[in-house]
Amino acid sequence: MDQDSLLKSAANGNRRDLSRLLTYLEQGMKLNFPKNNPSMKSSVMGITGPPGVGKSSLIGRIISYWNSRNQNVAVLAIDPSSPRSGGALLGDRVRMDSADSGELVYVRSLSTGGHPGGMSSSLISMIELLSYCGWENIVIETVGSGQSEIKIVAFADKIILVDGPDRGDIIQAEKAGIIELADIIVINKSDLPGAIKAAESIRSSLSFADGKTSPDVVLVSAQMNEGIDEMMDLVENCDSPDWRERIKIQERLISLWDSRLLSSPNLNRVINELQTGSISLDDALDDLAR
Amino acid sequence: MLQGGSPVRIFDTMKIVMAKPGLDGHDRGAKVIARSLRDGGHEVVYTGLRRTPEEISRIVMDEDANALGLSTLSGAHDVLVPRICELLRETGMGNVMVFLGGIIPDRDHESMFSSGVRAIFGPGSRTDEILSFLDEANSRVESGASIGVGDEDGWRWD
Repeated sequence: MDQDSLLKSAANGNRRDLSRLLTYLEQGMKLNFPKNNPSMKSSVMGITGPPGVGKSSLIGRIISYWNSRNQNVAVLAIDPSSPRSGGALLGDRVRMDSADSGELVYVRSLSTGGHPGGMSSSLISMIELLSYCGWENIVIETVGSGQSEIKIVAFADKIILVDGPDRGDIIQAEKAGIIELADIIVINKSDLPGAIKAAESIRSSLSFADGKTSPDVVLVSAQMNEGIDEMMDLVENCDSPDWRERIKIQERLISLWDSRLLSSPNLNRVINELQTGSISLDDALDDLAR
Repeated sequence: MLQGGSPVRIFDTMKIVMAKPGLDGHDRGAKVIARSLRDGGHEVVYTGLRRTPEEISRIVMDEDANALGLSTLSGAHDVLVPRICELLRETGMGNVMVFLGGIIPDRDHESMFSSGVRAIFGPGSRTDEILSFLDEANSRVESGASIGVGDEDGWRWD
C-alpha cells in the first residue's frame, strides 16, 4: 500500500496500518497529513520519574480510568536502548494490566536508539499521527535515566512526575530541572510506610522562594487502585502557569535543536574538521545550523 | 520503501515480541532469552505472564514486530501455538516470523512446524544458537525469501 492509502486506513481505525506508519516515523520518515487540526486535538500527558517507582503500573490505572469513561488512550512507552549492543528490552507492558484489553487502548514500546532524525522529532510526528487517527488521550512514558530522555516529556501538555516513598530520587530530578516542568508530583505506593513523610518533605522542598506556584503533590497507590480519580481530576483541571509553559517551550526547542544538529548530513565532516583543528566550535555550529 | 508488506528495517536486527501464552507461571527462560536477544542488538518487547492468543496477536500488531517468540512449559502448546499462528494470519500479520521455546516434546515438533513455527528451542539450547537463527532468518528475508507465519516457504531451523 502507498502512504496515502495507509494513512486513510489508519485514520479509519485500522491498527495494523497505524502500527506500520508509526514504524516509518520511528525510522525518521516524514508523512504528509493535516496537522494541528483543532477539532482533533488530543490531550497529551507526559509521565516520568526514576526507575522502579511504578510509572507503568500507574499508566495501567490511567488507561482504565479513561476506558471506563469510554475514552480511548494511546501510550508511547519509551525505554533506553543498550549503549553496548544497541538492542533494547522493553518491558513496560508487563505492568500495564489493562494494555491489551480492547479497542480503546493502543500501547507502543519505543527504544531511544535507532532514530536517524533524533528521538524527539520522531516523537512529535508520532503524537501528530495518533491525534490524526482519533486517539483522544496520549500518554508518553519516559524513564528517568539521562536528562535528554527525561526531558522528552516536555512535548506533553501536562507533565506528571512520579516518585516513591523513601527514595529521595526527587533530588536527582531537581538536578535535571524536571521539577520545574512538572504540573503535578505523584508519590506512588502510598500503601507503603513512609509515603506521607515523603510527600511532606517534597512539599516543603518545593516551596519556591521566588513566589512561583509549586505543583501539587498527591499520594496514590497504583497497586491498590487508590487516589487515581483524585489525581486525574487534578491533572485535568490544573492550569500550567505561564512561566512553566515557557520552560516547556524552551525544552522543546532545545530538544529539536539537538535532533536537527545530530541528523545534519554535515555532522561527520564538521566533527572531522574540529578534530583536525581546521575550524572553531563557533564555525562548526554556524555550519551545522545553516 | 512504502510499498509492500511491513517495513524492511534498515538494520539487520529485528523487533521481537517475547510472549508467555497460557497458564504456566515460569518465565525465567523467556526473560533469559529476552535479555540475550537484546544483547544481540535486537529490540525486544516482553509481554509478561499468562497472555491469551488474542492479547498476543494484538501486542504483535501494536508493536509492529517482525518476529514473535513464544515460551510455554505447560503442555498446552498444541492448542495455543496453532491458535496464535492462525490469529496472526487472519489479522494481516502473515509476514511475522514465529519461533518457539520451552518444553515441547519431540513428537510434537512436526505439528508445531506445520502450524507455522520456524524454530523450536528446548532446554539446553544455547543463546548464541538462537541469535544465529535470527541472523539466518534476517539474511533470508534480505535475499527476498518470505518466512513469515503465513508464508509457504519450507525453511525451518532444525
